[in-house]
Amino acid sequence: MPVQPKEPVTNCGKTKKYLVGPVATEFVATKTGVWRVVRPDVNIDDCVFCGTCRKHCPADVVTVEKEDAKKGVYFDWDYCKGCGICANVCPKQCITMIPEEGVCKL
Amino acid sequence: MSTRVMLDGNGAASEGLRLAKVRVISAYPITPQSPISEKLADFVVQGKLDAKYIRVESEHSAMCCAIGAQLTGVRAGTATSSVGLALMHEVLGVAAGCRVPIVMPVVNRSLVSPWSLWCDHQDAMAERDGGWMQLYAESAQEVLDLILIAYRTAEDARVQLPAMVCLDGFFLSHMSDAVYVPDQATVDAYLPPYVCHNFHLDPGDPVFINNLTPTVDYTEMRYQQAVAFRQAPEVLMEAMADFKKVFGRDYSMIEAYQCDDAEAVIVTLGSMSGTAKYTVDQLRAQGKKVGVLKITSYRPFPAGQIKQALAKVAVVGVMDRSPGYGAQVAPVATEVRAVLGGKPVQGFIAGLGGRDISPATFTKAFEKLLSQEITADVDWVDVKENALTIREVK
Ligand code: SF4
Ligand code: SF4
Repeated sequence: MPVQPKEPVTNCGKTKKYLVGPVATEFVATKTGVWRVVRPDVNIDDCVFCGTCRKHCPADVVTVEKEDAKKGVYFDWDYCKGCGICANVCPKQCITMIPEEGVCKL
Repeated sequence: MSTRVMLDGNGAASEGLRLAKVRVISAYPITPQSPISEKLADFVVQGKLDAKYIRVESEHSAMCCAIGAQLTGVRAGTATSSVGLALMHEVLGVAAGCRVPIVMPVVNRSLVSPWSLWCDHQDAMAERDGGWMQLYAESAQEVLDLILIAYRTAEDARVQLPAMVCLDGFFLSHMSDAVYVPDQATVDAYLPPYVCHNFHLDPGDPVFINNLTPTVDYTEMRYQQAVAFRQAPEVLMEAMADFKKVFGRDYSMIEAYQCDDAEAVIVTLGSMSGTAKYTVDQLRAQGKKVGVLKITSYRPFPAGQIKQALAKVAVVGVMDRSPGYGAQVAPVATEVRAVLGGKPVQGFIAGLGGRDISPATFTKAFEKLLSQEITADVDWVDVKENALTIREVK
């Protein structure tokens, strides 16, 4: 006679398998980058590396590197939510919000 | 082997959960379901059921505990009714979305307001799109049998959906009937121990369950549920066929009674089906060609089977035990109309708040169908003429 085991019986072993429903080993939804519809794009030729965008970013995802004059303003695309504050505060108006093209991958 | 004992619907439901060997019970008593939670508590105390009984403070907690318990990898049991089911609403969605295949007897009772303790289907109908399967029992025997069938279907790797086994309050829950209760060994052969095919709580391998799911995944998870519902009818029919092999009793998603040559057929759900069949026998004796189509599985909805069964029937009526406010007709009638596309379908509403759906009710409905007086409006069969003035205040 089959007996209900005391331990969970499961075939959710370590082998690769697909689970259905909401289950995860990391909270992907907290990557605010996936919510973004537009993202900042810097015209680096006009940038004066003042750091205003970095100071005002509510998500603190901007890095300004004066040394690298070609790529000197970096964004963490996993967490930039596309709010556009950086574009608004830039004294040189050199940040444009452009349509998101799936830069952030989960 | 089975023994034949006098049981009411609640007793049959408790026996069903006992035979399914639930390991954790968290059920909150509510009229007319209370005897189920009480009986299960008795079973645990008497040692007839090796389960933990969690005393909870509400139906919301009852469902929360049942989900949590089942996610540890065991069968969990609970039962509810009416406003208790409504209080569970939020967590019913969790069970469905997390694909926790709980089987829950729902003793159908009206929803407030007006307050009522008695039977209709408003409670279950309010949850019909919540991702739970819904099976409706006609008799106490069906309650017990459908619970076992529901477990087999719900836990199948192709389905993994929770299921309600609905039984009409008082009409089924409190009326005694002679019920075949199978022995444990036979049930064990039909319903093996629970196997978790999906995620579960394991301290050795921690995961987030029901995590905040971004737009990029949410639709896909809902689609997974839709696919499960698409696969459910096949699994349900397999479970019913196996049930017949083991226990000898025949079940199907719909039951067509005297429909083959019928000129008028009424679609029913639950305990009213017995009365409908009785009325059909009476009317057939008078030479009137009428039939009944009982829906056992309302979710998944057997659209194709209903269409086939009613293909040759000229006039169809649907007896709803819930009103479907603001809709064209009540919920079951809406779906039957959609299936039959164009054929006249008369919606009837009866049996609200415990009002009996008597043979006279069905006779009235059949007469309307046979006289071909179909109205677009739903017909409140048994409503009193003074409905708008019954509470006159001087
Ligand atoms: S605010 Fe504008 S100018 Fe200043 S660092 Fe940012 S992008 Fe460059
Ligand atoms: S768009 Fe908003 S979140 Fe993204 S970098 Fe600019 S200020 Fe920060």
